[in-house]
Amino acid sequence: MSSSMLFNVTMVVYMVSTCIFFAFLASRNKAVGLAGTYAALFGFLVQTAAIGLRWKESYDQGHGHAPLSNLFESVVFFSWTIVLIFLIIDFKYKYRAIGFFVIPFALFGMAWAQLGLDSGIEPLVPALQSNWLMYHVITCFLGYAAFAVACGISIMYLIRESMEKGGGNAQAGGLLSMFPSIRILDDLNYKAIMIGFPLLSLGIITGAAWANYAWGTYWSWDPKETWSLIVWFVYAAFLHARITRGWVGRRAAILSVIGFAATIFCYLGVNLFLSGLHSYGK
Amino acid sequence: MTTTNKRGFAQEVWDFFCSLKLSIFLLIGLALVSIIGTVIQQGPQREYLATLSETKIRLYSALGFFDMYHSWWFILLLYLLTLNLICCSIKRLPRVWKVVSEPVLVMDDNFEKSLATVKDLKLKGSKEELKERMAAFLRAEFAAPVITEKDGEYHLFAQKSPWCRLGVYVVHLSIIVIFIGALIGSFAGYKAYTNIPEGGSVSQVQTQSGKMIPLGFEVRCEKFSVSYYDTGAPKEFKSILTVVENGKPVPGYQSRAIIVNDPLTYKGITFYQSSFGQSDEGSLYHLTVRDRKGGAPVHLDARQGERVALPGGAFLSVMEATMDVRPFMRGFDGPGAQVEFTPAGGNPQPFVVLSDKYESFNAQHGGDLLITFDGMDQKFFTGLQVAHDPGVWVVWFGCFLMVVGICMAFFMSHKRVWARVTDSGVTLGGSASKNPAGFEICFDDLVEKIGKA
Repeated sequence: MSSSMLFNVTMVVYMVSTCIFFAFLASRNKAVGLAGTYAALFGFLVQTAAIGLRWKESYDQGHGHAPLSNLFESVVFFSWTIVLIFLIIDFKYKYRAIGFFVIPFALFGMAWAQLGLDSGIEPLVPALQSNWLMYHVITCFLGYAAFAVACGISIMYLIRESMEKGGGNAQAGGLLSMFPSIRILDDLNYKAIMIGFPLLSLGIITGAAWANYAWGTYWSWDPKETWSLIVWFVYAAFLHARITRGWVGRRAAILSVIGFAATIFCYLGVNLFLSGLHSYGK
Repeated sequence: MTTTNKRGFAQEVWDFFCSLKLSIFLLIGLALVSIIGTVIQQGPQREYLATLSETKIRLYSALGFFDMYHSWWFILLLYLLTLNLICCSIKRLPRVWKVVSEPVLVMDDNFEKSLATVKDLKLKGSKEELKERMAAFLRAEFAAPVITEKDGEYHLFAQKSPWCRLGVYVVHLSIIVIFIGALIGSFAGYKAYTNIPEGGSVSQVQTQSGKMIPLGFEVRCEKFSVSYYDTGAPKEFKSILTVVENGKPVPGYQSRAIIVNDPLTYKGITFYQSSFGQSDEGSLYHLTVRDRKGGAPVHLDARQGERVALPGGAFLSVMEATMDVRPFMRGFDGPGAQVEFTPAGGNPQPFVVLSDKYESFNAQHGGDLLITFDGMDQKFFTGLQVAHDPGVWVVWFGCFLMVVGICMAFFMSHKRVWARVTDSGVTLGGSASKNPAGFEICFDDLVEKIGKA
């Protein structure tokens, strides 16, 4: 058994989980929603095993490093953290409909990694040979994942709000009936960002600490650094908007979606379109 | 009349800087303008400038886009944000401080109405007994209460983590501390760069702005080495450095190995492995030339670019060489040289020669001669980033404050419980600074336990 096989299983399970969540929205049967969560949990466990196995494989090949060193590994890890944050919020609040808007992010990640990215295990280049790599990558990606979940929730908010304005069929039934109310969605959006913002802050701080340790400068306005700061500014604005009249609800949801778009650009766009210190993430 | 106007204006300015709308505007504005510097190359290179039109270059330089994050208007935005958060904190902190330091000890009717969670409990016993019971209960299950007697009723007040309300202000302070650290670094520190050839030493370094800074000691590069993985990817860049002071090597700083991610610090100045290159001076290339028809091989030494006469009237010069061709040629290893071979009476031909391990490869060129490259006495120079930043610990302290502040502000809640004890029973009220739904569960739990107690 290889990690690559397990990653394929993970991808299929996330697809199944997405379908079950859709069936849940259509059938409004609580047991189906629970099945969707269990499918996601199963996929998460398989993926955890796969990441562990890949780690071991890297030792078997004589490289011996955590699987966090190139684009393939980071996309896989990103999808793992998204499911982790989703499961935490799911077990805490039990609003199963969110799964349909969040698990697809993890599914896209796995599908892209497995089908479109080079999965070879490469040895670490000198710049990455540091324990800071783990602290930095783990905190950043947990933060990104929380923002992904917040984005999914915000999309639900925007859909539900516009439908309610349109005809108010939420009460009457349809796919919307399994959505949490807009007040709860607004609150969950806030809660997910409350998880993400501290983690992003820690990610930026550990990145700065590492940069200072390796290059002698904790901040050099490299595109990646700048974009992480842009993301930080957007969510800081979001948090301040919460306590300002007129910025709760729709505007907060839009800010959250913009924030996630900036996050994705920070993660992928910077590596693919701009040049800088994080070029090994290509 | 004028005084009122003046006060009115001052008040307006103050309100402007205290407003949350300004904070949101500044944060989003900073996010938007920050994008510019990631799209336009900062400290642009000539190749990049060549791709831009004259007008664009003039416009960008006028707006400071080529060094955007140090332009006056970007710095101004940062100062405005700092001013804004200071004003916001000054305006709101006293109110919050009052809640923390002077808690409301007595829950009267008006106050009770303002609380979301209130519960009346019918309990048996005199108010003295109930007071003792409630005090013991709160101490065990929640927090030690303060007891006040007022109008023949007993009021108990207990709270948990009141100081977490200050978390927001700790975060605001942390941002100011980080800015101060950055300012200290930019005024009292420097970033510089130096190349040291193997065997050479430097006693001063050049900053980014071109200024020479004396180190106060000497740094000697004993040796530089680079190693590669089998794939040809670099594995390790290593410099062996010695710090020399007053003509003598400093104990503990002799022949210290530094690699990427493991720098050397002496007297607050840190040296980071940053780049390397082949030192032009001193490299000597070794080649062997053999006639294909037979005869003894001839060993030759050549310096870079030097035209060396070969047997039979041909000439050879080595353009560049490496001790390890893996990064440049897949599937080959060992030393290799780019040479220019001029056959007797012919035109120069450039090609690559490798070690004697690759005889058939080498046999492709050279006419009657078989040329092999045996290696070289090469000299490297190491490129070191040099930094002195006395503000860095202030920045780390700021970061620490930020993490603490965020944890206080996000993950902790100031929970308060009041109990009014009369002869007919107890009225319990509660409030929390965050997560009201979560607090309700905790409050109901308390109420249930009182029933059992």
